[in-house]
Amino acid sequence: MIKKTYDAIIIGGGAAGLSAAWNVAKAGFSTAIIERENCLGGILNQCIHTGFGLHRFGKELSGPEYAEMDIDLVAANKVDSFINTTVFEIRSNGILKSVFASSAEGVTEFETRAVILSMGCRERNRGNLGIPGTRPSGIMTAGLAQRLLNIEGYLPGRKAVIIGSGDIGLIMARRLTWSGAIVMGVIEILPYPSGLARNIAQCLDDFEIPLYLGHTVSAINGKERVESVDVSPFKDGVPSLSGTFKIDCDTVLISAGLIPENELSVKAGVKLSNATGGPYVDSSMMTNVPGIFACGNVLHVHDLVDYVSEESENCGSAVVSYLSSDECSCTQGNISAGSNIKYIVPSKYRTGIPQKFYMRSLMPFENAMLTVKCADKILFERKLKYVRPPEMQSFTLTPEMTDGLNENSPEINVSLTEV
Amino acid sequence: MNSMDYDVVVVGSGVVGASIARLLSSYELKAAVIEKFPDACFGVSKANSGIIHGAFHHATTTLKARLELKGNMMYDQLHKELGFPFKRTGIIVAAFSSEEMKTVRLLYKQGVANGAPGIEICGSERLLNLEPGLNPDIAGGLYAPFAGVVEPYRFVFSLMESAQLNGLDFIRDFEVVRSSYDGKLHQVFSSDGRAVAASFVINAAGLYADKISEIFNGEKFKIHPRKGEEFLLDRNSPARPNNVIFPVPAKESKGMLVIPTVEGTTMIGPTSEKIDDKEDSSTTYSNMERIFLQASRMVSGISRRDVITSFSGLRPVLENEDFLIEKSQMAPAFIQVAGIQSPGLTAAPAIAEYVLEILSKDCGLKLEKKKSFIPEISRTEKIYGISPEKLDELIEKNPAYGNIVCRCEQISEAEIVDAIRKGHTTIDGIKFYTRSGMGRCQGGFCTYKILKIISRETGIPIDHITRRGNGSFITGERISGELK
Ligand SMILES: Cc1cc2nc3c(=O)[nH]c(=O)nc-3n(C[C@H](O)[C@H](O)[C@H](O)COP(=O)(O)OP(=O)(O)OC[C@H]3O[C@@H](n4cnc5c(N)ncnc54)[C@H](O)[C@@H]3O)c2cc1C
Ligand SMILES: Cc1cc2nc3c(=O)[nH]c(=O)nc-3n(C[C@H](O)[C@H](O)[C@H](O)COP(=O)(O)OP(=O)(O)OC[C@H]3O[C@@H](n4cnc5c(N)ncnc54)[C@H](O)[C@@H]3O)c2cc1C
Repeated sequence: MIKKTYDAIIIGGGAAGLSAAWNVAKAGFSTAIIERENCLGGILNQCIHTGFGLHRFGKELSGPEYAEMDIDLVAANKVDSFINTTVFEIRSNGILKSVFASSAEGVTEFETRAVILSMGCRERNRGNLGIPGTRPSGIMTAGLAQRLLNIEGYLPGRKAVIIGSGDIGLIMARRLTWSGAIVMGVIEILPYPSGLARNIAQCLDDFEIPLYLGHTVSAINGKERVESVDVSPFKDGVPSLSGTFKIDCDTVLISAGLIPENELSVKAGVKLSNATGGPYVDSSMMTNVPGIFACGNVLHVHDLVDYVSEESENCGSAVVSYLSSDECSCTQGNISAGSNIKYIVPSKYRTGIPQKFYMRSLMPFENAMLTVKCADKILFERKLKYVRPPEMQSFTLTPEMTDGLNENSPEINVSLTEV
Repeated sequence: MNSMDYDVVVVGSGVVGASIARLLSSYELKAAVIEKFPDACFGVSKANSGIIHGAFHHATTTLKARLELKGNMMYDQLHKELGFPFKRTGIIVAAFSSEEMKTVRLLYKQGVANGAPGIEICGSERLLNLEPGLNPDIAGGLYAPFAGVVEPYRFVFSLMESAQLNGLDFIRDFEVVRSSYDGKLHQVFSSDGRAVAASFVINAAGLYADKISEIFNGEKFKIHPRKGEEFLLDRNSPARPNNVIFPVPAKESKGMLVIPTVEGTTMIGPTSEKIDDKEDSSTTYSNMERIFLQASRMVSGISRRDVITSFSGLRPVLENEDFLIEKSQMAPAFIQVAGIQSPGLTAAPAIAEYVLEILSKDCGLKLEKKKSFIPEISRTEKIYGISPEKLDELIEKNPAYGNIVCRCEQISEAEIVDAIRKGHTTIDGIKFYTRSGMGRCQGGFCTYKILKIISRETGIPIDHITRRGNGSFITGERISGELK
């Protein structure tokens, strides 16, 4: 077995891992990225459409172009990368961690002081959704279809129905149409779309692809290959079968949400949140296991890569503080999701530094008031327009807002209310 | 006799056909199995509960009760020789009322009469000791410690592998549509015009045993499909029991169960529903609700959130509900093995012995043990759950062990290549052989990698690769791009 030593090991070379890595390396710490695929960039590599980087770079890039920016920074900052290498185990020996990874060369044990989890997420599939019917060929997740089409060069099918109005599904509706396939419709169980508004306009409306809100697929039909789907209105938590209609198709794409990929984390003793599916992290992006950090889609699912990078840069900086042992003496306290909020990440705040929080609402609002409170004291309030569950919200707590809070202060509560 | 003629041809490569095939291969015979699908075990045998039953569910007078117990007892030896995943977990039948306890006592008596070893009636305290996850309202129940679970496709594949190693021919993609008999030899024809000749034909065609019987001018019986839907839960589900948990049985089926599969997942089901269409593999909303309700009544922690997939299977049922295994009275040199519903998987090894007895006693075929018979098959190392040190050693021998293709079930490229070289060239074939794509992402990540490996190893273009033969293509046509 080969043995190597680094100050920090980053697991996964997608947008999150790349940003975190160069931010650690920049401070002079020896850093390595371990990536199972044959190149860095993660899921961005298959996103050949534009729309990445508006927030971060002020221009619209394609996925690979966006990745290129960080890959260059990774190289410039002398981060080592190991591709075609899969991490399968993390062991803690007190402060030191051993990360075991396999490749054609054998198993390598990476000894390190800090581990950053940035393994991304996977897609929910038919089984997770419990869609009844037969089991023909031609049912796949939108991400697999994207991979087959954009990287391998194969058309997933000729006539598709897309289940779920997540962004990947919307992007694929347009991509399939451009490639000569017909998209018969997008079926969304919720009364509102779960993808970004701009994607509904640019990927469905522009091509007159019907969007069936408040509907579900109550059966997939077909023997060898998909032949049709049964679509039913979704009322009171069940499909109302009396209103069922059929749509002919040979392909069903599923774009119904992502699940953070945390099998490795759980094996390493990391505790997960039920609300995000990702680890609980404190204000340093550290999990409950000291020395193990997390950022990107493995932590919580992001809709825009720009936020992934931002969060991961912060994670990188926090790891630098950890490795330099210059933990600040300020206090950490809990911050939690209050009414109408699904989750808030991180789940701890720290006084004395500005800190960014990410959250999602539980329902759509035209106009909402975001309130951050500690007991009865309002620390911060802000009016928000067009809040929708698919679009992540964020805010920053400044040292002024948390001034005067100490170990004995009650937890901070964040809520949204209709105005 | 032509050199291409067989002494015995088995129609069907389900667990029954494969068990017969392996036993045939231990004798000095020329034998073949013919199968309409591109791989073995694509019929009833792939979609069932995988339980090696406890020999208490069926009346002593039935053939299936006799073969069930005998088959169960044969599993240890087979497991030793072939190494398929198998474990004696035990079965608990959970009763929730004194009314249900009456049925439990009847089952106990029936089990004792059948000769089932070690079964006992338990009070609630003993049951909760055996199985802490049971609903604490339990009144009592039956415990059958020698029952178990098996991975059915691995079992069938290992039987076929062993049979082929010992000289049996496996003829794939051969759908029997016609036959003729000249007094000595059957000519068996496929839908694409191929033919094989055999002195004896064994009908092990599962759901289509009635059709095959008709093709050979045998008895006229009807196989009624009875559907069972099942749901598979993630490895991490908290609802994994130690034993297979049964409810007190209803009239026609054993009820809906909670099964700790030998692979480490939990399965709940099956339903039991008479249908007409033998190709109907659909699942429905209402049955899903029923299964979850029933299963949650017995075991706590069952959640829809943990579902990774669902499927349904069809039991091939005859009018009288028993197995029909005999030399045909109507068709010459033809043996019927029909109506093999549950406990067919359990009974299969015993069914094979029974069929060979008919071949020798009733058909006069001379059976001579093959001296060169090799009972064991080679084992492929698997990387799931092994230590870093062990994995390193494997990679040194074969670098393909270092490439983890299926991340959920931890299957390496070496295992995929091994499956392909053993003749599994469809996505389902590889999935059933290696478990790739059977985990929580259900192939979302690894399907394209497996497509590429199949294509590289076999030369089949990616858009010609199917899920399970016929028209079940995975992708549409190639439109652009170079494969890297
Ligand atoms: C299928 C899909 C399509 C998307 N499409 C869009 C889009 O069109 N537009 C948009 O704005 N956003 C899109 N996103 C969202 C956005 O691009 C992502 O949020 C962002 O790129 C995620 O970055 P990440 O680094 O967290 O994850 P990823 O990019 O998924 O990176 C994770 C990396 O970790 C590697 N890895 C995982 N486990 C291991 C291990 N054990 N050992 C070694 N390596 C490992 C993976 O191979 C991968 O390269 C998409 C997301 C997905 C999942
Ligand atoms: C839901 C369910 C749960 C069950 N659970 C259990 C259990 O827990 N324990 C247990 O012991 N039993 C169980 N059973 C029963 C068990 O699965 C069956 O008894 C057994 O699999 C039958 O095997 P077989 O070989 O007879 O049929 P099959 O596996 O169907 O094999 C028949 C083969 O013949 C082939 N064939 C058909 N027609 C032709 C043709 N014209 N030409 C060429 N080939 C042809 C088919 O393709 C098929 O491969 C269950 C069954 C179901 C449906």
